[in-house]
Amino acid sequence: MQSVMPPALLVETLTKRYAADGPPAVDALSFALAPGETLGLLGGNGAGKTTTIAMLLGLLVPSAGRIVALGHDMATDRFDALRRMNFSSPYIALPHRLSVRENLRVYGHLYGVAGLDRRIAALAEEFQLGDFLDRPAGQLSAGQKTRVALAKALVNTPDLLLLDEPTASLDPDTGDWVRTALERYRAATGCAILLASHNMAEVERLCGQVVMLKQGRAVDRGSPAELLAKYGRADLEEVFLDIARDRQRVEAPA
Amino acid sequence: MTNPPPAFGMAQLFGAGGARRVWGLVYRHIALYRRSPIRVVELMYWPILQMVVWGFVTAYLAGVQNNVASVAAGVLLGGVLLWEAALRSQMGFSISFLEEIWSRNLGHLFVSPLRPGELVAGLMAMSVIRTLVGVVPAMVLAWLLYAFNILTLGPLLVLFFASLLLMGWAVALGVVSLVLRYGAGAEAMAWSILMGITPFAAVFYPVSVLPGWLQPVAYALPASHVFEGMRGVLVHGTAEWGHLAAAYGLNLLWLAGMSWVFLRQFQAARVKGALLNIGE
Repeated sequence: MQSVMPPALLVETLTKRYAADGPPAVDALSFALAPGETLGLLGGNGAGKTTTIAMLLGLLVPSAGRIVALGHDMATDRFDALRRMNFSSPYIALPHRLSVRENLRVYGHLYGVAGLDRRIAALAEEFQLGDFLDRPAGQLSAGQKTRVALAKALVNTPDLLLLDEPTASLDPDTGDWVRTALERYRAATGCAILLASHNMAEVERLCGQVVMLKQGRAVDRGSPAELLAKYGRADLEEVFLDIARDRQRVEAPA
Repeated sequence: MTNPPPAFGMAQLFGAGGARRVWGLVYRHIALYRRSPIRVVELMYWPILQMVVWGFVTAYLAGVQNNVASVAAGVLLGGVLLWEAALRSQMGFSISFLEEIWSRNLGHLFVSPLRPGELVAGLMAMSVIRTLVGVVPAMVLAWLLYAFNILTLGPLLVLFFASLLLMGWAVALGVVSLVLRYGAGAEAMAWSILMGITPFAAVFYPVSVLPGWLQPVAYALPASHVFEGMRGVLVHGTAEWGHLAAAYGLNLLWLAGMSWVFLRQFQAARVKGALLNIGE
């Protein structure tokens, strides 16, 4: 008998209204993310990506719906899930006066990492942090900060990783380096990744499935290849624009 | 179907491995002070300044008046030093929380497994460290410069000191709740709120000096009982156990009440999305 692996993340009719009589910021969103899979959450500014991620992390309480992360219901049991999750966003900083090593030690303690010094050494080697491991985080370049943020996000070897625009404002070389690191980590650990990004090439490269959000609703979904075929487009950016601007779909040739 | 409002149980406050998470938060602040020595100087600056000013007042009173005034002046200096313990305790808790907002680190903390009770425990630990670093040098200088030895209070000093720490935490929980409710606009309360309580806390004069209608307000503050107790020891040489018991009883009530307010406000912030943009 074949065993069915439970999803790393299950989201059911997730809804958030900031005001009782206002429009929903996220409206009945549902999806499942299997271990080892990467799901892209796409949408324009204000589509509900950040609100969704905040709810998935327990930072925001949903108005309705359910989130089950790594087998734990986030409404009642979120701290057990959070131990095995992590998050990275260029919009949330690490304490800039602390050195990179001190930052990693702080989060290693918060996540209860065993053998913390060994883990930091391994991350320093993998993400090439050695040259600035003892430098204050605030003195690093954007590319170095991104590598440190990624090292922080992986300090607890998470089974579920949430990334909010992980390569925003990076040059193409550093961006590619980050994507390769993520692919390597996913292949090595079977980690599930949820990625919110405006970089369509990144989404095409990393994501097995994509959920397109507009005004808080999932308006389409599928693998990048399925969406390209469905909209008759050569790249996801055109698909994104079709959805954002309500353009007519181009029928794919038979 | 709409979700019910989130409830709080003990599991939401503390969990297995909590001590290490509390240490992680304390380590973060100790690392900050190691990298920024000027912050350590700032911790000592105000308590020492206050002590020096009141020390001269003490010396003046002792010089121009009789022995009774000298004792009273000693009471003033004792009041200054102990009140600094309450002030530094409150600020140590509140400002450690504000440091997370200023460094835009709060988001990382709130999505880590750090539970609200553990966050509070870490802030209390930082409050104790900051208070000792700030107040102990002022106490030593009071002895060296003005021959005022706070240790004449005996073992009761520890109980007075601890009671004022507890009161500082209760007030700080209120300040953090205001920041969660109103955002960075409420930051100034971290410096000013306890100053506003000073006239009613009987720091420099007995509660009996206050108008009758104000005395119940003073007696609702743990600090008033601590300072009445301190005067009992310094002026009459008697231990006022009743005042000490009242101080601890009131501290329990204030801490329980403010903890409830903090947890309610924390949950309200999670519902409203205030944790997403608390620094703005």
